[in-house]
Amino acid sequence: MLAYILRRLALSALILLGVSFITFVLLYVLPADPVRQIAGRSATPETVASIRRQLGLDQPFVVQYGHYLWNLLQGDLGRSYLQKTEVAALITSRLPATLLLMLAAITCELVIGLTLGVIAALYRGRALDNVLMLSSFVTVSAPQFVVALLLLYVFAVKLGWFPIGGYGTFAHLVLPALTLGILGSGWYARIMRSSMLDVLRADFIRTARAKGLGRGRIILGHAIPNAILPVIAMIGIDIGIFMSGIVVVESVFGWPGIGQLAWQAIQRVDIPIIMGVTLVSAFAIVIGNLLADLISPLIDPRIKLR
Amino acid sequence: MTMPALSPADDVVLSLRDLKVSARSDQGLIPLIEGLSLELRRGETLAIAGESGSGKSITSLAIMGLLPQPAVRVTGGTIHLGETELTGLSEAKMQRLRGARIAMIFQEPMTALNPVMSIGRQLTEAIRAHEALSMREARARALEALKAVRLSQPERRLEQFPHELSGGMRQRVMIAMAIALKPDVLIADEPTTALDVTVQREVLDLIRDLQRDLGTAVILITHDMGVVAEMADRVIVMQKGRVVETAPTIDLFDAPRETYTRELLAAVPRIGGGPARTATATEDVLVRYQDVSVRFPIRQGLLGRVTAQVHAVEQVSLEIFKGETLSLVGESGCGKSTMARALVGLVPHSGRIEVAGRALAELDGPARKALRRDLQIVFQDPMAALDARMTVGELIREPLLIHGIGTAAEQRARVCDLLERVGLTAAVYNRYPHQFSGGQRQRICIARALALKPKLIVCDESVAALDVSIQAKVLELLRDLQREMGVSFLFISHDMAVVENVSDRVAVMYLGQIVEMGSRAQLFGNPQHPYTQRLLAAVPVPDPKRPRAAAARMAGEIPSPVWPLGQGPARVRLEDIGGGHLVAR
Repeated sequence: MLAYILRRLALSALILLGVSFITFVLLYVLPADPVRQIAGRSATPETVASIRRQLGLDQPFVVQYGHYLWNLLQGDLGRSYLQKTEVAALITSRLPATLLLMLAAITCELVIGLTLGVIAALYRGRALDNVLMLSSFVTVSAPQFVVALLLLYVFAVKLGWFPIGGYGTFAHLVLPALTLGILGSGWYARIMRSSMLDVLRADFIRTARAKGLGRGRIILGHAIPNAILPVIAMIGIDIGIFMSGIVVVESVFGWPGIGQLAWQAIQRVDIPIIMGVTLVSAFAIVIGNLLADLISPLIDPRIKLR
Repeated sequence: MTMPALSPADDVVLSLRDLKVSARSDQGLIPLIEGLSLELRRGETLAIAGESGSGKSITSLAIMGLLPQPAVRVTGGTIHLGETELTGLSEAKMQRLRGARIAMIFQEPMTALNPVMSIGRQLTEAIRAHEALSMREARARALEALKAVRLSQPERRLEQFPHELSGGMRQRVMIAMAIALKPDVLIADEPTTALDVTVQREVLDLIRDLQRDLGTAVILITHDMGVVAEMADRVIVMQKGRVVETAPTIDLFDAPRETYTRELLAAVPRIGGGPARTATATEDVLVRYQDVSVRFPIRQGLLGRVTAQVHAVEQVSLEIFKGETLSLVGESGCGKSTMARALVGLVPHSGRIEVAGRALAELDGPARKALRRDLQIVFQDPMAALDARMTVGELIREPLLIHGIGTAAEQRARVCDLLERVGLTAAVYNRYPHQFSGGQRQRICIARALALKPKLIVCDESVAALDVSIQAKVLELLRDLQREMGVSFLFISHDMAVVENVSDRVAVMYLGQIVEMGSRAQLFGNPQHPYTQRLLAAVPVPDPKRPRAAAARMAGEIPSPVWPLGQGPARVRLEDIGGGHLVAR
């Protein structure tokens, strides 16, 4: 078990190396110039050149990347071009907010999605099923900012139940978590529904009925534990999609997490921050997948970790 | 077997009166069972026999109240369990009877148990659903039930999960679950159909012993007249939802009254009853296996290093002659299908396989493609082997297209010719596979295999999924084709009676190696190897009067064919004991 985790973590180091390289290349070939952002429009060519030299951006790509990697191995993510703060410190200060939002949002989407999926499967082919599947289709296809603004308008502006934005209390958390939760729930509802339908047709469900078990026991004790297996693997993959949603939602709600940090950094071409946030997100995805893989054998004894 | 003394009527535990079951469809109600009446007495075994579509499984589901409602439901008649009428019973009341007073065993032990729940929990759950017992008491009862079904290491089994058990062991668990609450009626729906023949023997013996000890009344649903003859006191023969004949087992086999029953019994393949074969076999070797091994690597670790191998086929040598039928028999996992797959190139092999004098490994691309024309394969499940979106004509024509044989008109003519050859008509050219019955679909597969005029056709359990009457016809078709076209067959089957029916020579495989090989007469008339003898003894014989040998109960599982790298099973040496009859020493 421990050996498995260590092996997976070693593998994740390779993944992070790949991510850092690809991101670095993308930022290098980007037409936007960070030096112009720092120096401002009225700067003389001499100032621009001196800033460029200072930041090491006049070096060839290989040297720049090698330099970055060397620092990275020592745990140094560099300094922000504009704020001059340590990127590591920036991210650490904002990570708790993002983790809190992620946890709340994942709980939201699982509770909403799985419940609706189970209900739809049990009412298969009837009106309720059709309504649920149609609404899940809407949530799957709706853009994040639309849902965010809609919730903001109804529950914060019109009804005034929740604050319009910011961070600090539970009330601040509700709308951003709900936005991400509703958006993600459609996927889970659909996966859970089809998984449930497969399981409900299985022979062992018939066996459970032949034993004389009640409907509730059969659904809770036999159908759902089997139906949830493919969903767990999805959660790991989903965290990747989730990170992109977080950038938008944090910006709309003014949630001081790393998504917002990334959004601001992208606008200012603050390469060290973009690199840092990307690596942290990639690490989160790796950990998410690892967790999903560690949970699966607890539910399904057929899965062996090797 | 002793006949039970005639019991008084008050011993009746279950009675069906004029039961009707119908399915709802676009065309209105379709009757599935039309007026079934039966009485089941304490301690009796009643067999319901019939081919697919006879309504025998629907009957069992109707009794259990497990019909897939509302699509299928009881539309008339009554079912009495003791004094209780079941057809009008509420679901809540039915739940209390299910598992407690009527229990059921299903056909497919591999899927009938919940894969993510331990055996112990599945058993205790069934017990606690009906009796107010503590977890500890229920566990004790579960353990008792596992001991009753003679499962080895019962305490350990409670902690295990279904995937850790073999098919036979799982079926024992199912039986334990069914008898744990000592039901009045046990319904066994094809309980041994999915099991190997030696395991089938053990499970049948077990059901019979339990019934004797507990006095449970058993309804045995089966298509296998051998099982009927060995197990049942009385038989109901059903066809298309109607009762054809009801009779005590001995009378039914002695003097069947109805034509359908006679036909059904006549179609049952019997060992020693195979038709005399017209010798079509020649002296020319068509296929030669020389020390052929097939091993599948088991990879482990981060780098996927091979740490062990499944020795599916282990240094096997044999020949198939032109125009002969060679059968490979053995139980699941013995390597018989892998032998065929290696021949047609579906799995890589080591050693040497020659077809018409040329080694497979030495062939280049075009030669390999040409060789494929000579080797065709017919699989077990015809529905899965036919692309549902292609018409029958296209399906049979496809091999001709791939190999670029003839013009479109010639190909069409050839397909029509083939269709007629396998007993269909050219008129079905534009129809789709789902419009045919199982037997007809298998004929389509055979026609497709014949399209390229192959020299050898591999039949991998090709008749296993078919009803006996259809099976008999398909086997006859294969024999006719061989006589007309001189094609060789590599026939793979677990069914000894079928093998006896079609083969010139037979090879018995066990754990990837041949343990006995010889002509049909040698192998069936004078089986030498203990495993062959055991296989033959395990086959249920469709003759209720035959004294049942107190067969040695071979509990215990077949050893694993998985070996660490660099190790392997000891090679079996075959010795000729006369006339080409090879036996492992």
